[in-house]
Amino acid sequence: MIFINLAVRNLKRHKVRSFLATVGIIIGVVAIASLGIMGSSFSTLVGGMVSDVSDTVLVTPHRAASSGDPFDPRNTLAASISTKNVGLIERAAGEHRVVPMILASDRLQVRDTSGYATIYAMPAADIPFLLEWEAGLYPQGRSSGVMVGSLLADELNLHPGSRIEIGGESVRVVGIAAERGMGIDINPDYAVIVTEDWYTERHGDQDYSQVIVKVSDLSAIEDVKASIDQQINRRREVVDVLDSREILEIYYETLDAMNIFLLGIGGVSLLVASVSILNVMIISVTERTAEIGLVRSIGARKREILRMFLYESLILGILGSIIGGTISAVVAYYASASISVLFADFAVSGEAGIPVSVVIGYVAFAMAFGIGTSVIAGFYPSWKAAQLNPIEALRYE
Amino acid sequence: MAVISFENVTKVYPLPAGDVVALDGVDIAIEEGEFVLIMGPSGSGKSTLLNIMGSLDVPTSGEVTIAEKRIGGMDDDDLTLLRRDHIGFIFQQFNLIPLLSIVENVEYPLILKGRQNGTRERAEEVLRAVGIEKTHFTHKPGELSGGQQQRVAIARALVNDPDFLLCDEPTGNLDSKTGTAIMTLLERMNREEGKTVVMVTHDPRMTEYADRTIRLVDGKVA
Repeated sequence: MIFINLAVRNLKRHKVRSFLATVGIIIGVVAIASLGIMGSSFSTLVGGMVSDVSDTVLVTPHRAASSGDPFDPRNTLAASISTKNVGLIERAAGEHRVVPMILASDRLQVRDTSGYATIYAMPAADIPFLLEWEAGLYPQGRSSGVMVGSLLADELNLHPGSRIEIGGESVRVVGIAAERGMGIDINPDYAVIVTEDWYTERHGDQDYSQVIVKVSDLSAIEDVKASIDQQINRRREVVDVLDSREILEIYYETLDAMNIFLLGIGGVSLLVASVSILNVMIISVTERTAEIGLVRSIGARKREILRMFLYESLILGILGSIIGGTISAVVAYYASASISVLFADFAVSGEAGIPVSVVIGYVAFAMAFGIGTSVIAGFYPSWKAAQLNPIEALRYE
Repeated sequence: MAVISFENVTKVYPLPAGDVVALDGVDIAIEEGEFVLIMGPSGSGKSTLLNIMGSLDVPTSGEVTIAEKRIGGMDDDDLTLLRRDHIGFIFQQFNLIPLLSIVENVEYPLILKGRQNGTRERAEEVLRAVGIEKTHFTHKPGELSGGQQQRVAIARALVNDPDFLLCDEPTGNLDSKTGTAIMTLLERMNREEGKTVVMVTHDPRMTEYADRTIRLVDGKVA
């Protein structure tokens, strides 16, 4: 107990020095915890926006399918999947449902508001299959009106029966699609959904932008992918075939890499803080050499001297980590609130905000890291103190 | 039985310029209850002798027995425990810990010894015995005069009831009046409490307090 007492008193004796060393630890802990929480919550939030589409195989035109430079965006945009290839995909998919669709964008005007909106055109029968219904009806055939995404409807105050202008033509909104969240296949919440007939009547026959295959049995995904690949890409790469799990994996790998990078930045700041503790402890040992000599001569063993000094760095570490942890938790609380607001428009309800377990996890991790780093930084000076020759230490002035 | 016994003790410091013989075949026996002075000119080996008596150092050759324990072959922990349990140190510079109060300074060796209860009472008892008033118990060493600080240092040396006191110029930093008071205190501890006192000093006036004086010249007992 007297060693802890001495450690506390010694730290108090050099208030400024102890304060600065503690500030270093606070900054390090806050950096690790905050960056960790930010990275993780970003991942959680965006992950929440991606709706569960693990049963989806997405077939898109191969980047180099069209002639010319595959990196020329005009070629990428021009790339499409022909009706013949859709037939091949249907054959390859067997019993699984195949939904070809055209992605376009056109000018949208609602009352005084105008802008561009994404248009999804797909066979009328597939719309109820892909999209949940919120209000009104699903569009039918070529003369029927259009369906709008839930968030677009909310923003522009649209409901079944409203009239909107698409590409200068006035059309009627027949239905509102339920909120679906950001998907790997389609993102209809801010889009206009029309039937394929409706679209081709106005824009002529077109090839498809992408094909979605909904696989009823998840274990069949690999087979379906291989089969499509074999049917179409036999001679040259015509389409890219990806399943949603694969896309999610790439996405999460990217986020993980970002998290590690952020934690690394936090780690560096804590490393700097540990150098500051190392410095403080070396100064402390040097200043108290005669005291160490005295304590050794009256019967303190080496391990007791080691303990005496380790307590100092431990106290700095605990103090810095508690303050840093508290600040991080508060920062996380406000960051959570602001991120929720920022992403509220996109987030699927209930997914916004940072989970408490994530906050506790990162704060605890950062605090443990802060305390651990302090103890490690304090170890060398403490060990050095313990190894001092009592006779020489007593003579030190 | 001698509290301290040196038999043909030699201490050699190997230096780049050549070996320095600090103690050369020293034979000393200090009996329980004695008050012994160790005197000699600078470089005569007084400090080396004191360090070995205090088990802060070990001889190059010869046999040293302290409190019936041979220190040859002891490791650092054994030597430390020997100091803690059997020896009371008193230094010229007092060497009190500035962060601790007077009573805490005296309590410190008891805590190092692992005593759980009654440490404060024991420290206060010894402080009273060396003439420190209760009002000073909670003061820091810097708030006391040199003479009072040395009394506190004596209390710290006595608190674990050691077999002997080892004093290194205890009055060297004090004026003559205060020095006399400290010597009277040590003399009282020796005569009334039966404490063995070994003291290194340059001051020939100290001989009047001692039972005998060991004179060292060039590492040998003269």
